[in-house]
Amino acid sequence: MSYPSEPVVEFANVSFRVDSRTLLNELNFAIHSGETLMLLGRSGSGKTTSLKLINRLLVPSEGEVRVEGKSTTQWDVVKLRRHIGYAIQDVGLFPHYTVEQNVAVIPKLEGWPRERVAARVQEVLQIVGLPSREFLKRYPNQLSGGQRQRVGLARALAADPPILLMDEPFGALDPITRAEIQREFKALQQRLQKTIVFVTHDVGEALLLGSRIALMESGNLHGIYTPREFVHSGDAEVKPYIDAFRATQQILSA
Amino acid sequence: MFEFIVNHRYEVATLTAEHLWLVAVSMTLAILIGVPLGILLTRRPGWKAVILGSTNVIQTIPSLALFGLLLPLPWLGVRADRLTVTALVLYALLPIVRNTYVGISGVEGAVREAAVGMGMTSRELLWHIELPLATPVILTGVRVATVITIGVATIAAAIGAGGLGEFIFRGLAMVDTHVILAGAVPAALMALLADAALGLVQSGFQRRIR
Repeated sequence: MSYPSEPVVEFANVSFRVDSRTLLNELNFAIHSGETLMLLGRSGSGKTTSLKLINRLLVPSEGEVRVEGKSTTQWDVVKLRRHIGYAIQDVGLFPHYTVEQNVAVIPKLEGWPRERVAARVQEVLQIVGLPSREFLKRYPNQLSGGQRQRVGLARALAADPPILLMDEPFGALDPITRAEIQREFKALQQRLQKTIVFVTHDVGEALLLGSRIALMESGNLHGIYTPREFVHSGDAEVKPYIDAFRATQQILSA
Repeated sequence: MFEFIVNHRYEVATLTAEHLWLVAVSMTLAILIGVPLGILLTRRPGWKAVILGSTNVIQTIPSLALFGLLLPLPWLGVRADRLTVTALVLYALLPIVRNTYVGISGVEGAVREAAVGMGMTSRELLWHIELPLATPVILTGVRVATVITIGVATIAAAIGAGGLGEFIFRGLAMVDTHVILAGAVPAALMALLADAALGLVQSGFQRRIR
């Protein structure tokens, strides 16, 4: 695959340390417009830390993370974050806001006119599969886990950011709802053409949703593969993931 | 007792009004000082020991002794009402500061992370998310502080600041239970009513927040 455009997100010699512990070690990679990069790895491998470096919830100890060619430390931090949608596993919906108010937060803070906010809320809820008006006035505690996750995604999409960061957004869902949302998300990717960085520890999810998969291992980037390369790789680090994935698949084909 | 109250209804009314005034002024000041202090603690956790510690120490000082301690101070000691309001504010601070801090700290981590990650400024986070979510807890603190203040304000009469304590001290001096009760009962009623009213406000907020 070739990417003629300049990278949307770029890690240049990025290390991240807390006290003397190195959590990320000299990461170098680029994410291009419209692609979905899956950060795959075990717990503690540095996936979430890498993600948080992109919207400057964390700042590299060394090197720099560039978003649209500009180091995150050069950006106005609020502008940077509003340029990047953010969805996390625990969703973090605001419990005192209705669905409508949750989704409208950033457009409102950005000072959009009221009618435009209302139209956009309808639009993104439609996109994430909650088209019915009955959801607008509900509070987060009146939603199922899957619905909450959809609202979280709608909120991340609301201001139409070109970049999306997703931290195991479907991790806490039951398997059936997860499969359903994954399928929809795949269709969504093609429609929206966002640049997406997606953290997961689920190989199946990485293969299904990623245009490329970055395998992380204890703070290091082991390699970046297309799903096809990943499946056929003979690499000793990749193999356990594929074996684990095959084991579940075999039961189905038996 | 009722006979005494009926016969002295104007005095009862005046002293009740005085009492209410002392409590209202003190609570307004305590909220204006305590809530920002509580917010400050969430932003500068290093100050927690000092601020919570000192408000805690103030609470342990017996109220009469606190009046005595403040008496020699230049601007305060001159007028009984200034002195009383200062003492009442100091007493009311602890529950308000602590509950503001606890309420804001209690906002779920994911909620805060989402808010910051999506690009809320620190001020927006405070006004749109943290304070509304902490309001029921802060109100609990205000409720406790109000009840304490109504009680402690009766002692203000000892230094001549007026209020329902006047009856209590006069009754004690006269060894007349009716006079004591004429001060104690309205003060107790005031505390109960304030507690109930703030409880209503609080459950209203809770319902909104769910």
